[in-house]
Amino acid sequence: MSTIPLQHVENEPWRLPSRGVVAMASLITAESAIFTIFVAAYLYYLGRDVVGPTPREVLEIPILGTVCLLSSSFFIVLAEHAITHARMKAFTLWWSVTILLGAIFLGDTAREWYKLIVHVHLTISTNLFGTTFYSLVGLHASHVIIGLLMMLVVFAFALTGKVEPAHAERVKVLALYWHFVDAVWVVVFTVVYLIGR
Amino acid sequence: MGTDTPGIPIGGGIEGLDRTRPHTTRGTYLEVVHSWVVTVDHKKLGILYISYALIFLLVAGVEALLIRIQLSIPHNTFVSAASFNRLFTMHGTTMVFLVGMPILFGFGNYLIPLMIGARDMAFPRLNAFSFWISAFGGILLYYSFIGGVGLSGTGSAPDVAWFAYAPLTEKAFSPGHTVDYWAVSLIASGIGSIGTAINILATVFCMRCKGMTLMRIPLLPWLYAVVSFIVLVAVSPLTAAQAMLMIDRYLGGHFFDTQAGGSAILWAHFFWIFGHPEVYVLVLPAFAFANEIIPVFSRKAIFGYPAMVAASVAIAFISLGVWAHHMFTIGMTSFGNAFFTLSTMLVSIPTGIKTFNWLATIWGGKIRFETPMLFSIAFIFQFVIAGLTGIMLSISAWNWQTHNSYFVVAHFHYVLVGAIVFMIFAALYYWYPKITGRMLDDRLGKWHFWLMVIGFHITFDTMHIPGLLGMPRQIYTYEADRGWGTLNMIVSAGGFIQAIAVLIFVYNMVHSYFRGETAGADPWDAWTLEWSVPSPPPVYNFASDPVVSSRRPLWDLKHPEDQDAPYE
Amino acid sequence: MKSRVPLRDLVAAAGILDSCAAWAATPSTSTFSHISTPAGEVNDLSLFVLTISAGIFLGVSALLVYALFRFRARPGDTTEPPQVFGSVQIELAWTIIPILIIVMLFLGTARVLFSVQDARRPASAVDVTVVGHQFWWEFHYPQYNIVTANELHVPVSAGASARPTFMKLTSADVIHSFWVPQLAGKTDLLPNRVNEMWIDPQRTGLYLGQCAQFCGMQHAKMLLRVYVDSPEGFQQWIAQQQKAQAEIAADASGAASAPINAHDGQVVFEHQACINCHTVAGTAANGRFGPDLTHLMSRETLAAGATPNTPENLRAWIDDPNIFKPGSLMPAMHLTGRQNDQITAYLLTLK
Repeated sequence: MSTIPLQHVENEPWRLPSRGVVAMASLITAESAIFTIFVAAYLYYLGRDVVGPTPREVLEIPILGTVCLLSSSFFIVLAEHAITHARMKAFTLWWSVTILLGAIFLGDTAREWYKLIVHVHLTISTNLFGTTFYSLVGLHASHVIIGLLMMLVVFAFALTGKVEPAHAERVKVLALYWHFVDAVWVVVFTVVYLIGR
Repeated sequence: MGTDTPGIPIGGGIEGLDRTRPHTTRGTYLEVVHSWVVTVDHKKLGILYISYALIFLLVAGVEALLIRIQLSIPHNTFVSAASFNRLFTMHGTTMVFLVGMPILFGFGNYLIPLMIGARDMAFPRLNAFSFWISAFGGILLYYSFIGGVGLSGTGSAPDVAWFAYAPLTEKAFSPGHTVDYWAVSLIASGIGSIGTAINILATVFCMRCKGMTLMRIPLLPWLYAVVSFIVLVAVSPLTAAQAMLMIDRYLGGHFFDTQAGGSAILWAHFFWIFGHPEVYVLVLPAFAFANEIIPVFSRKAIFGYPAMVAASVAIAFISLGVWAHHMFTIGMTSFGNAFFTLSTMLVSIPTGIKTFNWLATIWGGKIRFETPMLFSIAFIFQFVIAGLTGIMLSISAWNWQTHNSYFVVAHFHYVLVGAIVFMIFAALYYWYPKITGRMLDDRLGKWHFWLMVIGFHITFDTMHIPGLLGMPRQIYTYEADRGWGTLNMIVSAGGFIQAIAVLIFVYNMVHSYFRGETAGADPWDAWTLEWSVPSPPPVYNFASDPVVSSRRPLWDLKHPEDQDAPYE
Repeated sequence: MKSRVPLRDLVAAAGILDSCAAWAATPSTSTFSHISTPAGEVNDLSLFVLTISAGIFLGVSALLVYALFRFRARPGDTTEPPQVFGSVQIELAWTIIPILIIVMLFLGTARVLFSVQDARRPASAVDVTVVGHQFWWEFHYPQYNIVTANELHVPVSAGASARPTFMKLTSADVIHSFWVPQLAGKTDLLPNRVNEMWIDPQRTGLYLGQCAQFCGMQHAKMLLRVYVDSPEGFQQWIAQQQKAQAEIAADASGAASAPINAHDGQVVFEHQACINCHTVAGTAANGRFGPDLTHLMSRETLAAGATPNTPENLRAWIDDPNIFKPGSLMPAMHLTGRQNDQITAYLLTLK
């Protein structure tokens, strides 16, 4: 009634992209830029240290954590699939597996840091390697923590039966973030443990 | 004013739209303040952004005047060396982060939902969060005047220049906390900027009214989407670099610690990866205003809409590959210098396309010289000059002479004042009636415009010359035998003329708010959706969701016999 | 008199005058009054770019002014003009023409860029290592084994006796930038890195410059003087510096030939904190933070050009450096008047 008079209004339904997905994609773009800067600093300072220790001397490849984190992406896809098909029990199961795998990854990182700080005496202020290593891996770990916290909130709601199939899109947005955290680990792992070591 | 366009019932906007605005009764003083603090309405947040920025514009303007007084004669002792260094650091930081970005985001906030026919931004609460965290950043920066201790151990406020080159910012050379205030406040306002950028992208792509396909979005929302993309990929690196600086200063890290093998160049790279795209973050909204204002006052559709969109996207991508033209003297290889010379020159192609499209829009029109149009015309003229000095600075070999001289200062003020501030004034004259329901006074507007133009050219045309005569920037005084004295006196005098112009404008804003002529919904006889609703718009914007079939829905409405759609 | 200087410079800046001879008499910092190849090549390039830019500016503004006049709204006319939405051909035209201009400008730039930056160092060149400090300059001549500060001496490099000066630049603290506009464009001095630049001044004289990268509180007072000497003059200066260095070494090793006052001064100097920051060759003073004082009296200015080097100023400077240069990193040592006199007398012997 109060619209602008038109001669040829398209009849097909007016579809727009999901704002949750667009916003998460934007956030991921911004976060990627932040990680790019930290990765660039890590690569730039490789081998420029005036004092030790060097990555080769002290770093071990975190196989367990990497396997857990990467496989968690697979389980979160199962969870997404479950909620879109309204299978709530399956959703809760796969969701909890994802959280568990993320937590194992975090535990693995904690173990690695404990060893480096307490036994190797490598801290963030020891040398360039320490500064760039803890910053980059720590930045990623903080993203894992944020992802886990958000997933735990969803998990709590799921246990109390408050998550419904209608929430599938929000779960999808969160899963998108988790996939990003995973993808960043592939880059960090390659840079720190493969190229840098 | 254009209110007399015959035959179109625009006052109540589109037929059937409620003409009377639901007038909320004013509460107590405290209730009014409370309503502004807790608001999530994009229009109120837009006004908050704009007011916040205008206050800091005055603060940074006063800082500029103090700088100009100090430099007006050689060996001046008006302010101390320490104070001077603080003044130019704060002036630059304030103008970019507390004036430029907020005022542009403010207009975006206010206008984008109205122009795309939406009732609010995609994420209203994120919007409020972004504003308040940015505001926190700004207040924190100015709190440093009380809380920080400077390079010399006696002062306050950051004194490391707005690009804050390492290792000057490291603990060894900047004891005290001024650099910390600088870094933390920019991280805070950076988070706000990223939040707003996400919001704008989601709004433009997901909140459009029916019929508004990508190629029918007005150019202002389009350009804001491009700006938001640049913010995402350019402001984030700054946030990352600031985090590294804080790791150095508080955790004993070595990112920029040259004693431990760290690099001074790395900061320069990181800063300019942000710093150069930032210029386009500021200037693209100015282009966006011009894209809306110039057609309306030329009475013609924008020339080459697809080319305008493509040029903006091209600017966004090219701008990400030019940063090292700020570093031609830092010791890059000749190949690196050549590469960044070429990439920088490439920017002039899309910006040239824009300039020529504005010219073509004016060409064949019936130009009305209202105040917003006057500022827009001055903008085109000044932007051409700024672009040409920009090309001169991209000539890396010549840049060895002009870099860090007053030639550079003149160039970027030509962009920031001559293009951006002029377009902000144009936008304020153009949209103030929509925001407040009152027209700004036209006679005062003309005074403002002419004084501003005269002051601007006295200051910034002259300022190029001391740069070519060897005067470096950021010096608190200079030797009398260098022959820079008279020129600096002229530059300072022009600054004060601009200050008078701005004061007239401030008076006009206040005066017209109470006494201004009532605007009506569509005072300029314009064509985009924001002019279809009353001024000021109701909280819900549109009584019912609009549907459009072209880029200029109100043109279609006013000229049913000559619709746009077949020509687009 | 005073107003003539900017007028002349205005003319220069407009690119109307490309002259180096017109005002060579007084020291200038104009980028247009070049006397060295790097500055000269840049100057020619800048005039070329200025000309093209002026052409573009005139063309575009003529179009704009014409359009504003021709297409102004006539009073009483309320009809709308014909609506034009764009033209692909026209868009292409104003995309391609700028590309051609850019190619031209880029080729011109690349030629100068490579010829200046990648120039080969001839065997006859003088080497200088420049170290930037907050807020002064340190110059090493590795070929002659001498060190000086703030006032750089180089030989003229004209005609057959071409003898350019090749500089290596680095910094002891923050980033600085070496800029003497008549000789060459600027080059930054960075800690942990060595940059290079060269000059071949064609005429003797004094050339002024200063630090061009904000480096802290007294950045504005980090002034720079370059003396271009005749070949003989340069050799003489070198010999004098080397001789003075040897004499002081001899003095310190025994015979108290210097006036008693100055000798006491040296004792005071060496028992104060002065030697932690300053070097006087051949003595216990070997600090690196402050300027090398071995040949202090051969310089015309004190404190990186902040004030003329007279005995009175020197004494006042030692008493409290903040008088001349607030924020100077050299502290007031709170010496007695007598101690101060003795140190001044000693420093006056450092020729």
